[in-house]
Amino acid sequence: MIRLIAIVVSLFATTALAEKMKLAVTTSFHNSGLSDLLLPVILEDTGLEVQLLIVGTGQALRLGEAGDVDAILVHSEAAEEVFVENGFAPYRREIMYNDFVVVGPQTDPADIASADTAVDALTRIAIIKAPFVSRGDASGTHKKELFLWTSIKLDPKLFGTWYNAVGAGMGASLNTASGLGAYILTDRASWLNFANKGELDLLFEGDPILFNQYAYLPIDSKRHPHVNIQAQRLLESWLTSKRAETLINGYTVDGTNVFVFNAFR
Amino acid sequence: MNEIWAGIVEAFRLIITLDRDLFEITLRSLQVSMSALIIACIFALPFGTWLAIRRFRFRRLTIATLNALMGLPPVVVGLIVYLLLSRSGPFGVLGLLFTPTAMIIAQVIIITPLIASLTHQAMRELWAEYHDLLISLNTTSRQRILTLIWDGRRALLTGALAGFGRAIGEVGAIMIVGGNIDHATRVLTTAIALETGKGDFALALGLGFVLIALALLVNFAIHTLSRTEQEGTW
Amino acid sequence: MVAGINLVALRAVCVKRRSKLILGPVSLDLKGSGLTIVLGPNGAGKTTFLKVLHGIERISSGSVQWSMADRSVRRTQSYVFQRPVMLRRTVRQNLAYPMKLLGQQASKIDEHVIYWANQIGLTEMLNRPATRLSGGEKQKLALGRALIRKPKILFLDEPCANLDGRSTREIETLLLSANSSGTRIIMATHDLGQSRRLATDVVFLLNGQVHEQGPAEDILCSPQTSEAKAFLKGEIVE
Repeated sequence: MIRLIAIVVSLFATTALAEKMKLAVTTSFHNSGLSDLLLPVILEDTGLEVQLLIVGTGQALRLGEAGDVDAILVHSEAAEEVFVENGFAPYRREIMYNDFVVVGPQTDPADIASADTAVDALTRIAIIKAPFVSRGDASGTHKKELFLWTSIKLDPKLFGTWYNAVGAGMGASLNTASGLGAYILTDRASWLNFANKGELDLLFEGDPILFNQYAYLPIDSKRHPHVNIQAQRLLESWLTSKRAETLINGYTVDGTNVFVFNAFR
Repeated sequence: MNEIWAGIVEAFRLIITLDRDLFEITLRSLQVSMSALIIACIFALPFGTWLAIRRFRFRRLTIATLNALMGLPPVVVGLIVYLLLSRSGPFGVLGLLFTPTAMIIAQVIIITPLIASLTHQAMRELWAEYHDLLISLNTTSRQRILTLIWDGRRALLTGALAGFGRAIGEVGAIMIVGGNIDHATRVLTTAIALETGKGDFALALGLGFVLIALALLVNFAIHTLSRTEQEGTW
Repeated sequence: MVAGINLVALRAVCVKRRSKLILGPVSLDLKGSGLTIVLGPNGAGKTTFLKVLHGIERISSGSVQWSMADRSVRRTQSYVFQRPVMLRRTVRQNLAYPMKLLGQQASKIDEHVIYWANQIGLTEMLNRPATRLSGGEKQKLALGRALIRKPKILFLDEPCANLDGRSTREIETLLLSANSSGTRIIMATHDLGQSRRLATDVVFLLNGQVHEQGPAEDILCSPQTSEAKAFLKGEIVE
């Protein structure tokens, strides 16, 4: 009984020991499983407790603008540059990349497995109007998908009911795709870590256009004086360190390498 | 059916191995919802009782408003509280966003109208019964409220439990204002949402069964503690 | 209460409910001692009359003037309702309630509770939930609860209406005892026998009007008005 009370009391008390910071990251980053690996190591190496808010890219950027987090880690270069331009972050620091793949029903009715390019694959899907699930949430993944459609001059707004914009995170979208037996653009890491694959299979990969760059953006303390500058710097230097490089490059899911470290030191 | 069974098995596994994470988020769920319940009751019980015994001009309007507030969608409450507590919002300086306190605030707003309304209904009946006697005995407003609350405690307890049930099962608002941060603001419902989103249904179901068991346990405990059931007609 | 001194004076008191006159105009004086029976058939306005005196019924016009300070009026009065209101507590707690309201000490309250439980014959049932008593027991409890704070004035609204002969006798004994200890009693009833047994003076009500008022022997043995005569002969039921 005393033990129970002690535990309850300790929950109310604030831990003043570890330095804390709030980092907004995308669902695809979390779903890859990499954050579960890195966070404890970061705590051990630097004494920094990184509190992750796992949200879509859009919300991560808004949290950064509002100053509700100390830094963000996202994968949407164009949006990041606007973010920096508007003065919310002093700069963006590239950390690592993974790639997007197209998964779909094993039967592959659009035969994208034999497509040459990502754009070709998507075109085939659009032609036969095969069921397709889109993130639909202004995330990095979503923006990449839209970019592909516009490069072949197609407007998703004009697509029929075969195109399902779910407005959800990577995992939830994959769930829907699995349930519908639909095609979906996803990052490799989330796909490998996804536990409900059902009848879905990885059908298309390898096109360089599907390159997915992650960057770290600390929130500008001139805009939001309350941010934890110390912690920002600490985390950034860890993320670009040799230690991080080894861990990130060595991280595998199902035997596959998922991320490639590419930070400049 | 397979997945439901897998969920039950997973729930057992988590409990029997005294899974540390499960213990932590369960405790946090209880802490947040219990705190919200207590604070909500401090407002709702006297207010609901007062509303039952007072006659004033806007009484009907107040009651109607209270009943309407019960239908406030929790996720909308979450969004509004978030905007208020955000650094760019009016109360940003308090730094409460993404803390258990923010979650408690949101839940208090959600369950107070419910408890107040249920209190009002129960107290209205009791007041009709006690009305003549309490007036004859020259009681003050405070004495009336205390007498009604004490004698009507069984009905009020049921109302409070309804509020607790609503709080502990809530996910939309606390996801928004809490952020579902691991080791900080993650509770059973938000963890279930997260695991479901990852496609890990067994774990999500396991957590779900733990949540159900928890709600039942609290219900049980409160009734036993107050011994109201044992006293029969009370 | 000092005999002969005016206790309360009513002048042209009217009670209207939804523009309908249900009592009045009533003008009378009540003296400081005795046991007044408010007599009349059902629907005569006895309950309203008692409530007006006790101050829990609003009057539409007229005045009610007590001989004591305004502040102490309600505090020195107790009221026993026609259907006794039982708190959802034990007999003991019901008896203790009026004294608890006044912030009395627990030990003192206990003393009084035990004394009065004895007086009303409910000593064995002190720990029973009051809602589980019989009709007669509830009425006795209500009476005990009314008397426990030693009121100067006790109002009763047909306390024996739903009781058997034995309970009625027990309650009448209690009332007479309380009256002789100095409690002024004003009681409504339609029971003639009870009136004869208890009253020192009578107020006769019919259709919201006071038709006669005076010492018990006068009203009950030689009524003046035709209405009172008819009632005493048993000709008026409702």
